[in-house]
Amino acid sequence: MNLDFSVVPPFAGALAIGALWTILITALAGAISLIVGIGLALARIYAPGWIRALLAVPVFIILGTPLLLQLFLVYYGLSQLGLRLPAFFTGVVGLGLHYAVYNADILRAAILSVEQGQYEAGRALGFGRGATLRHFVLPQALYRALPQIGNNILVLLKDSVLVSAIGIMELVLSAQLAISRTFRPFEFYISVAAIFYLINLALEWALARITRRTEAMR
Amino acid sequence: MDLDLIMRTTQFLGEAALMTLALTAGSLVLGILAAGAIVVARLSRWTAVRALVAAYVSVMRGTPLLVQLFVLYFGGPQIGLTLSPFAAGVVTFGLNIAAYMSEGLRGAILSVDKGQTEAARTLGFGRLATMFHFILPQCAALMIRSLGVNAVILIKGTALISTIGVVDLTYSAQRIMTSSSQPFEVFGIAAAYYMLIVFGLTRIMRLAERRFALPDEARA
Repeated sequence: MNLDFSVVPPFAGALAIGALWTILITALAGAISLIVGIGLALARIYAPGWIRALLAVPVFIILGTPLLLQLFLVYYGLSQLGLRLPAFFTGVVGLGLHYAVYNADILRAAILSVEQGQYEAGRALGFGRGATLRHFVLPQALYRALPQIGNNILVLLKDSVLVSAIGIMELVLSAQLAISRTFRPFEFYISVAAIFYLINLALEWALARITRRTEAMR
Repeated sequence: MDLDLIMRTTQFLGEAALMTLALTAGSLVLGILAAGAIVVARLSRWTAVRALVAAYVSVMRGTPLLVQLFVLYFGGPQIGLTLSPFAAGVVTFGLNIAAYMSEGLRGAILSVDKGQTEAARTLGFGRLATMFHFILPQCAALMIRSLGVNAVILIKGTALISTIGVVDLTYSAQRIMTSSSQPFEVFGIAAAYYMLIVFGLTRIMRLAERRFALPDEARA
């Protein structure tokens, strides 16, 4: 047994920057997953049959294959198509699209759970189809979907480490740089795990608070 | 489209799929056994045991799987624990999925009406007998369903083993993607293998679920 955690503090700054990147990636990918998820859920309910059939293919593939493999496809595939985008962008978009599919499942059920009468009330008041959806149906659906979407964001936080595999700076990669100079993998990976656990706890607490605050809206 | 490349990739990834399958099978067996042990410990009479296991589940669920794998594989040798990449994968994936599975199993047990336990205890059955003759038969199908959901998550999680150099489906696919400049074809073939494994496993789980279903569940 040869452990010495005093090697970690000199790299505290580097780890903190890595943690900030992790939080930023989670926030951006989370936002994409929510926005695209709403679009996907609406398309799966209201779009014409052929669009729904077309959408079922990527959804099926995203649900059935590993996220890491999907990230490699986005990374190598986009450059193959001649799109030279920064790795950070491809990683965040890949992560966001993956979780958009999971969010869409939840949102679709939430939208369908809003009583038909709400929709009819909106139309009767003279709102158009789009406005009725935006002002009557979607807000209620979002509140109902909130707890499960929060769960997905927690899973997304932990899966955000996978973008390190395509060279994007985040917590794991910043630890790897420190390890390459100290040769102390155990101390640094345990520290990374501890930091993740704390971020996870904080996010869990915040989500539980939001969920409780909006209880009445469901 | 290069037909020759597709043929060779299909064959090459087929071998890698066997590695993914072996990794999944090993992790699944370890995971189910460990999940069972966790559930037993969480129902323990001793507070310390319950708290310890709850902490374990919380840490496994609150930290990234990749970091857990790196702690064991790269950090293990520092505390005298040197494992092959494959063994490190089986242990990490198995112990990680066990934490998630244990939650599902516990939920299934708690879903059985408390009156069932009270009735059995009143009839003079012991704690164990109550569990085996009254509670488990009523929630076995639900348990298998939640195990199945986690098994699918496990299959996809095994892709992380590629980061420590085990030649699994994702590792091989990535290598061919870089060298062949045909990422979409290669992804398509790898995806087909993954979905084949997922499909096979869900079929087996579905059969097991039906075997253990209660009469009224089977009809529904």
